[in-house]
Amino acid sequence: MKTTLASQRHSAWPAALLAILAAFAIASAALGAELPALTGRVVDQAGIIDAATQAALTARLEAFEQKSSDQVVVATIDSLGGEAIEPYSNRLFRAWGLGQAGEDNGILLLVAHGDRKMRIEVGYGLEGTLTDLHSRLIIEDTMVPAFRAGDFSGGISRAVDDIILVLEGNAAELEARRRRNPEIVSRLPDPATMLFIAIWVTIFLGGFAMAILPPLFGRKIGPRRYRWLGMEFAYNQSRSSSSGRGWTSGSGGWSGSSGGGFSGGGGSSGGGGSSGSW
Amino acid sequence: MLVRTPASAPPRLLVLALMLPLLSACGFNIIPTAEEQAKAAWSEVLNQYQRRAELIPNLVETVKGYAAHEKEVLEGVVEARAKATQVTVSPDALTNPEAFKAFQESQAGLTSALSRLLAVVENYPDLKANQNFLALQAQLEGTENRIAVARRDYIEAVRVYNTTLRTFPSILWAKFWFTDNEPFQNFTVTEEQMQPPQVDFN
Repeated sequence: MKTTLASQRHSAWPAALLAILAAFAIASAALGAELPALTGRVVDQAGIIDAATQAALTARLEAFEQKSSDQVVVATIDSLGGEAIEPYSNRLFRAWGLGQAGEDNGILLLVAHGDRKMRIEVGYGLEGTLTDLHSRLIIEDTMVPAFRAGDFSGGISRAVDDIILVLEGNAAELEARRRRNPEIVSRLPDPATMLFIAIWVTIFLGGFAMAILPPLFGRKIGPRRYRWLGMEFAYNQSRSSSSGRGWTSGSGGWSGSSGGGFSGGGGSSGGGGSSGSW
Repeated sequence: MLVRTPASAPPRLLVLALMLPLLSACGFNIIPTAEEQAKAAWSEVLNQYQRRAELIPNLVETVKGYAAHEKEVLEGVVEARAKATQVTVSPDALTNPEAFKAFQESQAGLTSALSRLLAVVENYPDLKANQNFLALQAQLEGTENRIAVARRDYIEAVRVYNTTLRTFPSILWAKFWFTDNEPFQNFTVTEEQMQPPQVDFN
């Protein structure tokens, strides 16, 4: 009796695992329309914001984040793919991780051009500052009239002004949050920090770094001899020339990884904000 | 799985000894972590439903000022709210299907009573223009959306937790250590019943 039970259970496991894997596959397929990539503070997939406004918005939002640590992002898409705008914007907000982790102080202004819908999705941390009513007033009083007149750039730009206005209105909270997140003042580490990290990496990786870095960064002064940081490195015959080539190709990824750009801070949203249509 | 015959004890002990490192590597923490996450997600669901219930007295008062003779609808909302606030499910009772079903039904009742009220409101332009009502309506919509998000998060957290109880390797922990842990109930009510009240912006 015991053995049959056990064998049944054993045979049931692969089936259960398969079922779960299948469920995962279905769940990921059922997630709906594909999300755009976070390419900047203004992701204009629908192409309804003119270049000048886009640049101005990016600059303004960047300056605002430097000041307050709040991440405000504007996104436009062509179509929701049949999904309602609320779950879509919540999914997008969480996928992008807007706002600082732990503070959840992000805001997503989403316009679905083809569906004629817009939404202001507010992160957990800003729900008390930019209330649902504020979001709704911004949508109804600022965005809808402009959008009906076909002025998407103007409507979005003024809506962002309004959002910043509301967020700035709560000055004490704004300053407190800024004090809690001082490190976001510049997103790239300053040169001193970079140098510090570089030195430590060099020390820790010791001989490994000695073997790799001079050929990459140094000046070639002879066959398998390099000058780097005022030192001469000579590599003797033990390595074949082909392996040397391999290392060189690896350098692209390393130096490329420090490239700047905007990314979410890891915040989340619980569905605060408001939606509208025009 | 009791060790009754001494003869079978050494192999079993051997098996156990061999599996012990495997088990610890696979994580004693998986089940409690998933359980606490599911409970936290449930607290958020309760929190948002509570928030909705708190908006209602104010909403009813405001609507009364303009549409006092819509007695039936207003009373329906008040009743449904009273019922919904009576039925709560503590995180420790999440394994109880009856309690969970009662909770779902009472909240669904409130949802439909609210959508009736908001449908009636459409006939009162003065009320719709009222600033107080506008604020309440925006908050109610926001809360309905927060409920939807909290429910989605709960569904996912419970899916993860229930999966840990039934899949290898965490099932070993469930069988040998967390023997009291049972799968949590999840939302089953059909979408139509749980549709948030539709509000027309125009």
